[in-house]
Amino acid sequence: FSSVVLKDLKYADSHEWVKIDGNKATFGITDHAQDHLGDVVYVELPDVGHSVSQGKSFGAVESVKATSDINSPVSGKVVEVNEELTESPGLVNSSPYEQGWIIKVELSDAGEAEKLMDSDKYSKFCEEEDAKH
Amino acid sequence: ISVDAVKPSDTFPRRHNSATPDEQTHMAKFCGFDHIDSLIDATVPKSIRLDSMKFSKFDAGLTESQMIQHMVDLASKNKVFKSFIGMGYYNTHVPTVILRNIMENPAWYTQYTPYQAEISQGRLESLLNFQTVITDLTGLPMSNASLLDEGTAAAEAMAMCNNILKGKKKTFVIASNCHPQTIDVCKTRADGFDLKVVTSDLKDIDYSSGDVCGVLVQYPGTEGEVLDYAEFVKNAHANGVKVVMATDLLALTVLKPPGEFGADIVVGSAQRFGVPMGYGGPHAAFLATSQEYKRMMPGRIIGISVDSSGKQALRMAMQTREQHIRRDKATSNICTAQALLANMAAMYAVYHGPAGLKSIAQRVHGLAGIFSLGLNKLGVAEVQELPFFDTVKIKCSDAHAIADAASKSEINLRVVDSTTITASFDETTTLDDVDKLFKVFASGKPVPFTAESLAPEVQNSIPSSLTRESPYLTHPIFNMYHTEHELLRYIHKLQSKDLSLCHSMIPLGSCTMKLNATTEMMPVTWPSFTDIHPFAPVEQAQGYQEMFENLGDLLCTITGFDSFSLQPNAGAAGEYAGLMVIRAYHMSRGDHHRNVCIIPVSAHGTNPASAAMCGMKIITVGTDAKGNINIEEVRKAAEANKDNLAALMVTYPSTHGVYEEGIDEICNIIHENGGQVYMDGANMNAQVGLTSPGFIGADVCHLNLHKTFCIPHGGGGPGMGPIGVKNHLAPFLPSHPVIPTGGIPQPEKTAPLGAISAAPWGSALILPISYTYIAMMGSGGLTDASKIAILNANYMAKRLEKHYPVLFRGVNGTVAHEFIIDLRGFKNTAGIEPEDVAKRLMDYGFHGPTMSWPVPGTLMIEPTESESKAELDRFCDALISIREEIAQIEKGNADVQNNVLKGAPHPPSLLMADTWKKPYSREYAAFPAPWLRSSKFWPTTGRVDNVYGDRKLVCTLLPEEEQVAAAVSA
Repeated sequence: FSSVVLKDLKYADSHEWVKIDGNKATFGITDHAQDHLGDVVYVELPDVGHSVSQGKSFGAVESVKATSDINSPVSGKVVEVNEELTESPGLVNSSPYEQGWIIKVELSDAGEAEKLMDSDKYSKFCEEEDAKH
Repeated sequence: ISVDAVKPSDTFPRRHNSATPDEQTHMAKFCGFDHIDSLIDATVPKSIRLDSMKFSKFDAGLTESQMIQHMVDLASKNKVFKSFIGMGYYNTHVPTVILRNIMENPAWYTQYTPYQAEISQGRLESLLNFQTVITDLTGLPMSNASLLDEGTAAAEAMAMCNNILKGKKKTFVIASNCHPQTIDVCKTRADGFDLKVVTSDLKDIDYSSGDVCGVLVQYPGTEGEVLDYAEFVKNAHANGVKVVMATDLLALTVLKPPGEFGADIVVGSAQRFGVPMGYGGPHAAFLATSQEYKRMMPGRIIGISVDSSGKQALRMAMQTREQHIRRDKATSNICTAQALLANMAAMYAVYHGPAGLKSIAQRVHGLAGIFSLGLNKLGVAEVQELPFFDTVKIKCSDAHAIADAASKSEINLRVVDSTTITASFDETTTLDDVDKLFKVFASGKPVPFTAESLAPEVQNSIPSSLTRESPYLTHPIFNMYHTEHELLRYIHKLQSKDLSLCHSMIPLGSCTMKLNATTEMMPVTWPSFTDIHPFAPVEQAQGYQEMFENLGDLLCTITGFDSFSLQPNAGAAGEYAGLMVIRAYHMSRGDHHRNVCIIPVSAHGTNPASAAMCGMKIITVGTDAKGNINIEEVRKAAEANKDNLAALMVTYPSTHGVYEEGIDEICNIIHENGGQVYMDGANMNAQVGLTSPGFIGADVCHLNLHKTFCIPHGGGGPGMGPIGVKNHLAPFLPSHPVIPTGGIPQPEKTAPLGAISAAPWGSALILPISYTYIAMMGSGGLTDASKIAILNANYMAKRLEKHYPVLFRGVNGTVAHEFIIDLRGFKNTAGIEPEDVAKRLMDYGFHGPTMSWPVPGTLMIEPTESESKAELDRFCDALISIREEIAQIEKGNADVQNNVLKGAPHPPSLLMADTWKKPYSREYAAFPAPWLRSSKFWPTTGRVDNVYGDRKLVCTLLPEEEQVAAAVSA
């Protein structure tokens, strides 16, 4: 298993990462997810102020192979979206955890993050999923 | 002399079914069976096997000359009257150079949808021309290529408005100045989206509910008026309402374009750009929109990208939005478009150019003006005073009496109501025709003038505020091919870039690229079929009507159903229609809550997309390791939802190329739990004469006439998707607001669900193709076709199985009419993906099979019955040779990154360049098989960059100086 998984992030089983900082959180898709999608050509972003809820889709990433929903790892209100992705969707591939972040939200339920995986568990999850295919 | 020796020599089945009896036995033996019939017995489950099929007509099959005679007889029963009906369908002069070299040319009508861009650059260029015609004329920057008809294009626009507003506003307003069929198609479609359609007079439109997502208006209106929509659009936008405008391309050469009013979406039909009316279709419809909504556009969009050497190359853009990937989340269920007709319309614009089109428009407008002035002078009727383009609205004391009088002069007028008539003029109208109309309206009184004498007095009716000032079609392509020689050579230049059935087999799984026989195609361009308006009185179309009756009967026999609707004009439209029939049936029984649709994961992506459009809730069931539907999972899903179960959608034989044993049981489970069985007819070519959807237990099914029943693929359409149903569903088959229609044969009771397509019998003009195929093959020839299709697939699977794993098989180790080879292992052993194999096949002169569907990492091969053993062998030889090329990588003899597969395809520009740095020889790259030495199809570009094109979406022709810049920056 060769994809990068960062220690201090939380992960959803639909391959989004979340970085929690107080009552703010930043989301993106994982290195593993971008690798499977291939070159991303478009990211459909929500509007600022839009509410997102855990496990529900709020946008989509389009590659030349697939279009995949992005599910929200935790619930909250969108406070910022990564406008850079409109011009440079490839940032999701080249820098999935940094410049390729997708949205920032204000958390509505801090407890929800408990349900997510830590990096070890997520690495294992990905390995198992890959083994199935 | 024996009797056999003097029987007709032009029988058809032996021309269509390629394997001779000797070859059949030889191939069956190769597969381990002593005879083709024992292979079929081992393949098709006994429990669903039909004893025989017998037609009430044409059972023995007509010969080719008998067929032509029969069609001549039918044609003679059609009466071609001069049509002034309008309503979105107009006479047009199909330029004969386009008629013969595109519409009647198998190099243009037999290709597949241009998924394999490198061998499709010709029609991709022509479709880009189409998109440019649409964007230039409508004044909006983005267009697709193309939609099925104007009515469904409007319905797609309605769905877009709903999506733009994220489903928050549930009313869609339609102005009453739209064509009635457009309104009806939108109303049908709105149901599934839970939208409310309100039709309203333009002046009474009211957004005060705050619940309106969009409004549809027509420009010019159905009764001819040309209105200034500037304030209307401003007001709609001020209320947060999106504006859809249905329009007419010819009018837009002289009218201010909708984009300049601020319209958000513009739809219409390109029919009058040189595509015959054909009693309703096929024609290319269009949809244009702004940059903002481009990713919400339905349908196929051609975009500009670059190839492996940085040269400009074309491809289909944003394909992942299509339903085969997005399934129920797709923007629409549309797949087959109207590519052939879009190409004809684009060529018409190329041939006439901007000035030529404008002079046609001015001529049409002038004739309408003469007619209007003449009627005023006659003083027998009152002419509407609003500005018009080509349609004159007349108030008179007895509209029917005038229409009857017109009919005696072989003229059709539109009767709007008992005191209103409209007359629409077109490219084919002459001064003589206008004089005839004057006589009709004068009711026997002398007409003191001629149309010609009035001409100098006629004023342009279009006010200056609505006169077009912006230029259009300024690109050189529209300004350099105006002589016949130039256009002929342009058409042939493009055609030579495209691989079609004229070159080699196109073994696309699930697409059934079989022979499109010349005799089948001939009636399609006969004037007594092409020149009939879809709303002409049915008495004038008795040849068509007789063919519909016969075809309905034949299709009922083939499918085991009781009634057919010929209205849906594509497979996806058929799916949608079939599900809506099921929905109407449940509702008629008070079961409004039945909205759950079970769909196996192996289904065509169109299935969930269609079900979503009917407002159904989709439950996905899985497949087992052998690729069969998991019956226990179906049972659980059906039982868990037995109170709300609406339908199951199932493809048979399965999309995995297997006759599943449990299909009858699956049908029983659904029926026991209150649901209906929808069968996807995509794989009907493996059923005809052997089994049937009705016999298996389905309640409704659509047929892709462009697969099993020989309508050519047209490079991406047209298609036809009629649906067959059992008796209990027959009353609900679609009707039409202008020409009432329904099931064929007609059921006792009718409670139609509304219109599915703009025309009453869909794309009627191409039905002779399927009709003649069935009539010439007879029941025996058709049954043999199914058997040979299965034999051919098994023969190929057998030849290839030593070289590639064959993924799924039936219980006796055979495959159905198509099969899947598994390439997934090569990603690890050689870095090779299906795309590399498909692109390398181009160097061997072949179109790749279906890629990565229904299983990612695989190829699905469907040979059909019309490919000879020699052609099957040639294709197998190519794949086996490619397997050896992969082995060279596996063995380390070829580089993983830089090898003959990754470098494929190899166009002449690459091979003939002064420098050649590849680690393999040019000769091997170009001539890897012996047959290529005598004749080779050359790809015209290197591998096209998908990512580049989707990141920088450009969907119209670029000015030449920008083309160079694009290539350099790449």
